[in-house]
Amino acid sequence: MSALPETLPASTPAARPLLLGGVGPLVILLVGLAVSPVLLSAYATVTLMPVIAYGIAVLGMNILFGYTGMLSFGHAMFLAIGAYCAAVATQHGILSFEWILLVASGVGASIALIVGALCVRFTHIFFGVLTLAIGMLLHSFLFKFYDLTGGDQGMRVLRPTLLGQTWDMSATQFLSGPFYYYCLVVYVVFVLVTYRMIKSPVGLHLQAIRDNENKARYLGVHVYRLRLGAFVLSGMLGSIGGAMLGVSTGLADPELAYWTQSGNLIFMLVLGGAGTFSGPGVGALIFVLLQDIAASETQYWRFLLGATLTVLVLALPDGLLGTLSKYRGPGKNPGAQP
Amino acid sequence: MNMILSAQNVSKAYGSYQALRDVSLNIGDTEFVSIVGPNGAGKTTLVNVLTGLSRPTSGSVHFSGRSIAGIGPVRLAAMGMARSFQLVNVFPSLSVWESIAVAVSSRQGKARNPFATLFKSRQIDDEVQRVAATFGLSQKLTTTTGELSQGEKKLLDIASAFALRPRAILMDEPTSGVASADKYDIMELLVKAARLQGVGTIIQVEHDMTLVARYSHRIVALQEGRVIGDMTPDAFFKDPLMLEAVIGPAHSKQAQSAGETLLC
Repeated sequence: MSALPETLPASTPAARPLLLGGVGPLVILLVGLAVSPVLLSAYATVTLMPVIAYGIAVLGMNILFGYTGMLSFGHAMFLAIGAYCAAVATQHGILSFEWILLVASGVGASIALIVGALCVRFTHIFFGVLTLAIGMLLHSFLFKFYDLTGGDQGMRVLRPTLLGQTWDMSATQFLSGPFYYYCLVVYVVFVLVTYRMIKSPVGLHLQAIRDNENKARYLGVHVYRLRLGAFVLSGMLGSIGGAMLGVSTGLADPELAYWTQSGNLIFMLVLGGAGTFSGPGVGALIFVLLQDIAASETQYWRFLLGATLTVLVLALPDGLLGTLSKYRGPGKNPGAQP
Repeated sequence: MNMILSAQNVSKAYGSYQALRDVSLNIGDTEFVSIVGPNGAGKTTLVNVLTGLSRPTSGSVHFSGRSIAGIGPVRLAAMGMARSFQLVNVFPSLSVWESIAVAVSSRQGKARNPFATLFKSRQIDDEVQRVAATFGLSQKLTTTTGELSQGEKKLLDIASAFALRPRAILMDEPTSGVASADKYDIMELLVKAARLQGVGTIIQVEHDMTLVARYSHRIVALQEGRVIGDMTPDAFFKDPLMLEAVIGPAHSKQAQSAGETLLC
């Protein structure tokens, strides 16, 4: 039976897919981060370092939650995995940061594959609670296995070499100079890679799963496989962010795996706007600034964060950038355009 | 005509409840078949078994020569069978273009490569445009699905299933939730789209007897899980027993005359 008609219906001029929107804020953020060492003091630049590390982690969480619709409450486990990978590697003489990132990605992705294979069969709150439980398991392990992990003391992360170079300078100089730019470049690379992925048929299929997994299945979308893929990618990016955090604080701390840390990641995601491409990065910046400023002013800074989140969820449920893009023009929906 | 879908001695029980009893059915690759029957007759169970969603308790189901018992929707789509549901089933936050592109890219095997092009792919765009034009959705391509009217959502739902270019499609009440005046338009569109997309077999569950009479090549009537009739519309609407079993005594006269008028 022949499938194609002789004459194809004429295509209409109005028919273009929704244009990419929302990379603007992230580009501004990246440029801002790039010029910060020039404009700001070395100390201030070091306080911005976590923006990059968290930025990479929430890039992955955004793919998992914003695009695939799965909210992990235990994602901080991957920050801890990355940081402990950096600690173990540097203590065993692997000082090359390239190797550390490779090891952290590999271990993070492998653990994500196992955890994901268990968890992504479930959705919504069941998925959230399972990831939370596994995250807490890891935290207990890191906390209790003193001989292996240093317990509540954590493990020291030594200064790595970058591109084979050792850097003979103060910690602040190292973290605000070569290490800062190195991490920023890694961030930019992952921004490009994930952006490309979101704009591919795979990205579209992830969003189809988020919107209606049953319909997606009947259109031939491999729901389980793609969910697992998104989880593995987000675990890998979380570990890379964690390795960077470990180096910048010089410590792999069990608190990195604690559930409040997962809450912080979700806070950044929701603050900036999950499902918008730029949102989470902007959320990470605001979170770090809020935490820094508030923590230096008052010991009740967590109260301030909580209040901010409450107001945000009530007033701007789509996050800052999700709300912005809604008012940009007709026919533009934050969910429909990354 | 070759047989494309066949069920042999299929029974399906849920606990002690027997939903299907020894159903055998062969459907050809160019047939339009309507499955009719009163509520609880087992229509939905039959469709679920025929689409590999549920595994029959006993008996076998084959699609183009391969067993599909319980294979699930993803492999079913890959084998060339699509299904649409009674309730509108769409992706609320995707645009119309994107919704159709989900099916097109999955059929083209593009979703295996995370760096394949989507919006710039001529191959995907051409096909999406063509499907949208068939279903009269060309002007709505950039509209978010959630903002469409109910009728347009229904069209998009079916359009995305047709975009898979399946060899057979099963539709659970394709015109439900649509104003009766528009039902014929939708059916005409379906038949036309099937021709354009190369869909040979259409199987529908339908309650509206005038639609059944006008479009079916064959009617399969179910009652209490059994096939009580498998015949042409002509024979069906002349058989008072069928009409009484399927739509009840009160309406059977009316349906008979409706059927006769339509068939003349």
